[in-house]
Amino acid sequence: MVTVLERDSELRKRAWDAAASVVDPEIPVLTIADLGVLRDVVLDGDDVEVAITPTYSGCPAMNMIALEIEVALERAGFRGPKVRTVLSPAWTTDWMSEEGRRKLHAYGIAPPQASNSRRALFGEQAVACPQCGSANTELLSEFGSTSCKALWRCKACREPFDYFKCH
Amino acid sequence: MPVANIQVSETPLVLYALRRADDALILGHRLSEWCGHAPMLEEDMALSNIALDLLGQARELYTYAAKAEGKDNDEDKLAYLRDVRQYRNLLLVEQPNGGFAQTLVRQFFYSAFADLYWRAMMASRDTTLAAIAAKSEKESAYHLRHASEWIIRLGDGTDESRARAQAAIDHLWAFTGEMFAVDEGECALIHADIAIDPGSLRGRWLTTLSGVVSEATLELPQTDWMQQGGRTGRHSEHLGHLLSELQSMQRTFPGQTW
Repeated sequence: MVTVLERDSELRKRAWDAAASVVDPEIPVLTIADLGVLRDVVLDGDDVEVAITPTYSGCPAMNMIALEIEVALERAGFRGPKVRTVLSPAWTTDWMSEEGRRKLHAYGIAPPQASNSRRALFGEQAVACPQCGSANTELLSEFGSTSCKALWRCKACREPFDYFKCH
Repeated sequence: MPVANIQVSETPLVLYALRRADDALILGHRLSEWCGHAPMLEEDMALSNIALDLLGQARELYTYAAKAEGKDNDEDKLAYLRDVRQYRNLLLVEQPNGGFAQTLVRQFFYSAFADLYWRAMMASRDTTLAAIAAKSEKESAYHLRHASEWIIRLGDGTDESRARAQAAIDHLWAFTGEMFAVDEGECALIHADIAIDPGSLRGRWLTTLSGVVSEATLELPQTDWMQQGGRTGRHSEHLGHLLSELQSMQRTFPGQTW
């Protein structure tokens, strides 16, 4: 016999897994769960609502992500799913999973360093090259190809690389 | 057929959100004018990134203003269907880009303020404003660092870059006083711990400025006379031109969506 509670928890897991499978359109190796953008999945009867928190105020990927979540949930059998944007608490790179950091690194993007404190923001930065591992690197530009990345260069292997900024 | 301007019931809270939204939108639009024109590719991307952050902040603030007003308005109507006299932004942010130095000095004056302002606003009793502040504060910190580095590089650079940076500081200085002014409605919000008193930030703002400007071998003007009017809709001639470009699509094709 399956209780209502068990059925709900099974349904919620299915909804969570569907939402969690959505990837960042700019960094397709990361899911929104890896990024920490996926905050909550709430079931009310058969209605499902997904809460997401934007990385940056103006991140154009957020609209795309919201749309993809709706599509993923529809595919998983949920009717009329809703996506809600939650601003508080503000997203931080501290929410990125270890798995996410590992995937970023393998993809060639240096993952954010551990803490998002203002000290980490403004202290001396030492970012290791994701290509060759050398610590002999330099910042080229604070603002890279997307809001969340800075542009760095490795002085050892001479390759430029993206660094996912602390936030 | 021309599209009529919307009317906004400017209660103190609506007006408060609207003023900050207008600051972010207009400054973001100004920066976006550099897209494809900046002196180097990295800087083109940096200015566009900052513009995008500001646009995102503007959207949140407009959405909140519309919600606080509780009428038929939304973020798009507030941005596209108000005329120049209905805009409430600081005169500073609507000033033309001028040369690269003038754009960066404008950005430096604003970001040094915004960084302090949003950090203080995180303690607002208004949970939406506090949430927007928490997001904006981190972004402003990056914007300030970017602008500060450029002020130092320009001031401590060639004779030409130094002269341009100093001329921009002298020219834009009179537009900075408005950041610290409040009216009666804002006083009430400050009293209710919804807003913060910007005047209390002026000392630290000046300290930030002095540190960077002296490292850049530049000087802050000694004059105290300040131009005001943006907060009540009395703008410089530049804003109308900016809005005609920003709003042209919605004015020409009302309600058009992508």
